[in-house]
Amino acid sequence: MTGAADSAQDEHVVDARGKRCPLPVIELARYVSTHPQARRVVVLATDPAAAHDIPAWCRMRGHDFAGGQQRGDHVAYAVELAR
Amino acid sequence: MRRRLLDAASGPLHPVAQQTLVAALDAGWADPARLHAEGRRAAALLDRAREVVAAGLGVRPPEVSFLPSGPTALARAVDGVLYAAGRRGARTVASAVEHSAILVPGRARAARSAGADAFAEVPVSRTGAVELDAWAEALTVAGTVAAVLQAANGEVGTRQPLEAARALTQPSGIPLVVDATASLGRDDVPTAWDVLVGDARSWGGPPLGVLVVREGTRWHWRDARADVEHGRADVAPWVPLALAAAEAWQQTAASRQSDAQEAHMLVERIRAAASAVADTEVVGDPVDRLPHVVTFSSLYVDGEALVGALDRQGLAVASGSACTSSTLEPSHVLAAMGTLTHGNVRVTLPLAAVSPDRADDVAALCYALPGTIEAVRGELGVAGL
Repeated sequence: MTGAADSAQDEHVVDARGKRCPLPVIELARYVSTHPQARRVVVLATDPAAAHDIPAWCRMRGHDFAGGQQRGDHVAYAVELAR
Repeated sequence: MRRRLLDAASGPLHPVAQQTLVAALDAGWADPARLHAEGRRAAALLDRAREVVAAGLGVRPPEVSFLPSGPTALARAVDGVLYAAGRRGARTVASAVEHSAILVPGRARAARSAGADAFAEVPVSRTGAVELDAWAEALTVAGTVAAVLQAANGEVGTRQPLEAARALTQPSGIPLVVDATASLGRDDVPTAWDVLVGDARSWGGPPLGVLVVREGTRWHWRDARADVEHGRADVAPWVPLALAAAEAWQQTAASRQSDAQEAHMLVERIRAAASAVADTEVVGDPVDRLPHVVTFSSLYVDGEALVGALDRQGLAVASGSACTSSTLEPSHVLAAMGTLTHGNVRVTLPLAAVSPDRADDVAALCYALPGTIEAVRGELGVAGL
């Protein structure tokens, strides 16, 4: 797991800050495929395209997009995985 | 290797219009406001060009003005409606997928004014059509004096429900500005509008804005000089451009319907070929669309890399992905539709008269697509994700 993944809620975090499209979505997909136990993943991103591409990825893959939250210089996008 | 033009949004010129343009450099170079023989000849040629365009659009010549570009004409169309509205209000309603020449000044006006909602952007469906319920609601807000909707979107091809949209603006006397810059010459000329805007580039002409204000519409440009372009421009157009635009219109009029039918079928082939590629979404309305425009997005693909890989195979396509724009912002159209913005490819088919081998070019694109997308995914190491 990367970064602050071991939070109290066992939150899974993908840190894609500073990475340009399509990398945030690629890293999210890669994380999801290598962490079969994850139910909820948070992606941290600065790329403006992530705001559209992460919800679109969720729709194409059948997951639920649980919203984005501005945190200083980046946005945290939450994804509820359907597994 | 032969270049295959699949991005005709900005040209090139129809070959006969190109000849006309060159000939007009001799015959029509003068300022049409001058009283000498050269000026009078230029004025007569400009009148003739205006008559051709007016007849093509089914309007009267004084309703037509030529402006330096399509985007300039779009911005002017709204300015004239707002200025004529005077103290009745300043609020504008537009769809979220309008041209940036509408959205950027609209947002700037709203930011400067006291009313934060002075510019309403009405959401669109997943296919890009304006949500009519939201459109109706936005129009009811007090102080709304202008409405803007495109005939069809130039990035994804989706047509807008103009008749229904105008049925909602008309009762309140709100003029509807219709942006037909992507559709004129390629699709039926819209009839449900109060102000119509075109760009000669869409029918094989040079860059030239066309602004049509229907008689009786409350429209006035603050800086109008009555003697120039019926009070809708500050400079007369360069006459050779107007002549080339009129020539392109005439040249393409006879074959317009058959050209559109063939383009519609060619786009259908691209839609099928792209849909067959794994994790690739073709966006926009599959049926109620411009005949010659299609866009699709491939998951986990870098749009810039995709355009580059196709370009190296001789295929010229456009993209709405962020990494292909100077601002790093993705296409506001794809964003408003809620579709994938990365890995985007946009095709605007040229007219057959401009590009006689376009069917062959479409076949080449369809053939190249699966392998090219796979190769770009391979470079990123994302195959099988």
